[in-house]
Amino acid sequence: MRIGIVCPYSWDVPGGVQFHIRDLAEHLIRLGHEVSVLAPADDETPLPPYVVSAGRAVPVPYNGSVARLNFGFLSAARVRRWLHDGAFDVIHIHEPGTPSVGLLACWAAQGPIVATFHTSNPRSRFMIAAYPILQPALEKISARIAVSEYARRTLVEHLGGDAVVIPNGVDVGFFADAEPKAEWQGSTIGFIGRIDEPRKGLPVLMRALPKILAECPEARLLVAGRGDEEEAVASLPEEMRGRVEFLGMVSDEDKARLLRSVDVYVAPNTGGESFGIILVEAMSAGAPVLASDLDAFVQVLDQGTAGELFANEDADALAAAAIRLLGDPKRRTELSEHGSRHVRRFDWSTVGAEILAVYEMVTAGAASVAADERAGLRARFGLARD
Amino acid sequence: MTTFIWIAAALVVIGVYLSWTAGRLDRLHSRIDAAKAALDAQLLRRASVAQELGTSGVLDPAASIVLYQAAHAARQAEEEQREVAESELSQALRAVFAESAQVEAVQEAPGGEESVRELTEAVRRVPMARRFHNDSVRAARAVREHRVVRWFRLAGHAPFPLAFEMDDEPPPVLTEHTHAGH
Repeated sequence: MRIGIVCPYSWDVPGGVQFHIRDLAEHLIRLGHEVSVLAPADDETPLPPYVVSAGRAVPVPYNGSVARLNFGFLSAARVRRWLHDGAFDVIHIHEPGTPSVGLLACWAAQGPIVATFHTSNPRSRFMIAAYPILQPALEKISARIAVSEYARRTLVEHLGGDAVVIPNGVDVGFFADAEPKAEWQGSTIGFIGRIDEPRKGLPVLMRALPKILAECPEARLLVAGRGDEEEAVASLPEEMRGRVEFLGMVSDEDKARLLRSVDVYVAPNTGGESFGIILVEAMSAGAPVLASDLDAFVQVLDQGTAGELFANEDADALAAAAIRLLGDPKRRTELSEHGSRHVRRFDWSTVGAEILAVYEMVTAGAASVAADERAGLRARFGLARD
Repeated sequence: MTTFIWIAAALVVIGVYLSWTAGRLDRLHSRIDAAKAALDAQLLRRASVAQELGTSGVLDPAASIVLYQAAHAARQAEEEQREVAESELSQALRAVFAESAQVEAVQEAPGGEESVRELTEAVRRVPMARRFHNDSVRAARAVREHRVVRWFRLAGHAPFPLAFEMDDEPPPVLTEHTHAGH
């Protein structure tokens, strides 16, 4: 099958959606499909052979933060050229509601279109205002996928209609087979994520740490991620700062080894998560997981049976749960075993098969993807040039 | 003279808007047709696998008859009866495959592994196809209910699209089973 995938965010910037698309594309290529990914990227960045650049992304303030997006005349032309050259059987657009190449592709294409919605934002006035603009483009999508029940609910609230839930994929074997590192073992608590991003919840964990150390003095906290390390430990008493070890940005291999080594993986995120891929990765590596009770996390952790939950932003509850887990090896083994069984549904072999089933469903009997000639006014009057 | 130009310009704008909306509707209708064909294919596939299992002799006679009858009725149902017949097939499948022992028994039979996989795929794909279909129906309805579309009869003679409502809950042991089976 010839598959075109559209990524709305800059390929050079690491992010959940980009990683998901990279893994999906590589999984499909391994199965023998022809895949081309259209993504914004600087022209100088080296790209994998299956990625086509949609031009340079421009940083613009959008929806409360600065996003690197891609729009305008040139991008639209590149999108049309990509659609024309690709002659795809199906195109798979990620985050089609974002004003970037995804939306442009949706506007410019006709034929079988699949879309995946990753975010879950509470209903915003912006979305209500944007609805009439988005609708004519979004109604071309034949099959909508949401990455979690939570993301699906957001989508239904914002845009109406319905979507099937297919979770993000993880290469379970990669994490399960990683070699634990001795220096990261022994009463260790793991945290992976941006240090200076409060939503990732490190401040909550820092508030809980004195209590944890009071009960388990031998415990250590391993933190992997970018950010200001001095500032992160500023709230801790001087003598406890030695119990926190910063590993900086880690490679994928080290991330897997870290997750294999730690006694407890803590995800204290305070919000803005629609899926929680890191929890799946931790469970794949057999790490017992302790997470805040965000909707998305509760779902990934199978209503709390595959990992322990604590009340969001409640440092005392986090400390109590961590102390309990560190002192109970039997419970940790139990969680680890349950987690390893539970993550099989997130393995690429399962997730990839479901996504392919969706492709097959929308392409059966349909013509292949083509540029939509009705899209432009100029085209309507026969003035369009190629 | 200027009034005349303004009126002409307004008429052109209205004309372009109407033609664009008609194009949108046309595309939505073909999307429904494609989704309906896909749903039909998935339903037929599920009924065939169920019927095959019903006649294969791997199930006990009572379960075989229940499954065969429901699958047969689903395949033969008239358009108006189809939602009911397909829902009954879902119920029959849930009743027959209520326990994982039943699934294992089928898997042990020659060719059983294959049949269970096909059935699992089919019961997972029917709800997907139905969601895609009903989503396309909703999108088309939203445009058709627009005043402009009704006044200018832009939908032509295309029948008002109807959602396909049925019970498509798969047997829990089957879906659980695939998750644990890899």
